[in-house]
Amino acid sequence: MSVLVYTESEQGKFKKNAFEVASYASAVAKMMGTTVTAIAFNTTEGESLGEYGVSKVMNVKDSSLETFNAGGFAASIAEAVKSTDAKVVILSSSTDTKYLAPLLAAKLSAGYAPNVVQAPDSTAPFMVKRTAFSNKGFAHTQIDTDIKIVGVSNNAFGAHENKTEVSVEEISGAADAATNDTKSVEIDKVVGKATIADADIVVSAGRGMKGPENWGMIEELADILGAATACSKPVSDLGWRPHGEHVGQTGKPVASNLYIAIGISGAIQHLAGVSASKTKVVINNDPEAPFFKAADYGIVGDAFEVVPQLIEKLKDFKAQNG
Amino acid sequence: MKILVCISNVPDTTSKINFTDGDTKFDTNGVQFVINPNDEFGLTRAMWFKEKQGATVHIATVGGPTVEPTMRKALAIGADEAFRINTEPTDGFSVAQQLAEVVKNGGYDLVIGGRESIDYNGGMVPGILASLTNMNFINSCISLEIDGNNVTAVREIDGGKEKLSSSLPLVVGGQKGLVEESDLRIPNMRGIMMARKKSLSVLEPVEAIKATEDKKFDKPAPKGQVKLADSVDQLVDLLHNEAKVI
Repeated sequence: MSVLVYTESEQGKFKKNAFEVASYASAVAKMMGTTVTAIAFNTTEGESLGEYGVSKVMNVKDSSLETFNAGGFAASIAEAVKSTDAKVVILSSSTDTKYLAPLLAAKLSAGYAPNVVQAPDSTAPFMVKRTAFSNKGFAHTQIDTDIKIVGVSNNAFGAHENKTEVSVEEISGAADAATNDTKSVEIDKVVGKATIADADIVVSAGRGMKGPENWGMIEELADILGAATACSKPVSDLGWRPHGEHVGQTGKPVASNLYIAIGISGAIQHLAGVSASKTKVVINNDPEAPFFKAADYGIVGDAFEVVPQLIEKLKDFKAQNG
Repeated sequence: MKILVCISNVPDTTSKINFTDGDTKFDTNGVQFVINPNDEFGLTRAMWFKEKQGATVHIATVGGPTVEPTMRKALAIGADEAFRINTEPTDGFSVAQQLAEVVKNGGYDLVIGGRESIDYNGGMVPGILASLTNMNFINSCISLEIDGNNVTAVREIDGGKEKLSSSLPLVVGGQKGLVEESDLRIPNMRGIMMARKKSLSVLEPVEAIKATEDKKFDKPAPKGQVKLADSVDQLVDLLHNEAKVI
């Protein structure tokens, strides 16, 4: 019996959330008095998981699984669960993982609790705290099945170093027994830029920007901070920015360390979606904007004056602090 | 083409969330219930298939009699027939098992559910349903075209999108993008009148595994007072020295 964690990689390199879920798995294993096995696909850096408490890495070497395929990945993870007799499976909250998680749950007849924000309340019974009602509340969810699947919320637990002796073994992928002729045709993805899902900083703007032509300064601010750009629902509905940037209750959730909201009044749906961010900064010319009540820091002022000043100030700051 | 849209009955997005019975239950007092937004994008796309490609559209909801107004709204938008599985939804796994029975008996080519419900956020019903019925599955779907048996779809990925090919029968986890916000329909009087006459059958639940149980709820701790900075210099200083985020 061990805890199995699925660590995501991209072109052989682990994604940031891989170390977070490995750390989470390590915390669960400690509570249960067992060890952590990781499963990864075509990674070139399996050993690095030893830094986060993983003692065994099963690296699936399979040319048919070089790019993400929900059915094939779920089948291989299910095989690994069986071969290691794992009772707890730890996953991330990435879009890909949320695609495969229900398939895995069905294959293993396992209860799945997504969006978990801290180490389990207890492991017998197995109880986890997760966000519910789109971040307006939390549920303490008990998983009653023999095998339990936990999806860890982005940036909720953090990566914790815990050096462990690690072995890496190569395995082959499992065939997906289910009907599955869904195939990737084309991926259209921004490279070399932070995404809303894994960025430490997110710069978000709303209708206060008056039009899509004014987004240059938002992108410049994001560039300086190494941040992802996001927007409010009206902005995406108006077509000023792509849907993928819409954050909020019906858009993407944000759980960054720093969330900067520019010209966003702060409708309840938006506040829910970004509430998991650790520090929230609001720039708005209306001192009565509801967002100020949900923010940590703010500036009351015209975005068209404040943002350019902030860009200049941060350029100096970055020059001094590297 | 025969389509089933799975509809969840959820609190309106503007709802304030409270809990009752010693924080063990969601407090429905004064809460307006609506079609789950992710499901409504799917339903609206299904209407497009009905109008342009002659599809038949059924809906299914797991829940007690209180969910019927939401189901009637879906019928008023244009769904042809409805099935209510008469049991309180407890967890995503058991909801998927109930819906799987409807799918198996109905011979559907396409099943659309929301990527997640905005209340319990399980995000697992469409995927588990696809597995239980041995159908293809595409999650976070933002574009869906069907030509005969062939499916071309786009799904959202972190930082972009992915175009996929697939085939019917298919289960889709839908969201905004399947149709635009401006494509959503408000039922008109004729639709509402017609919806009253449409068939809404009540099915008894099958035995299902209950995989998880929400034992207790709580709300986020109240936020402290915002600190207003007088200048960008002060803001950057606070973010660097106090919040330590830059």
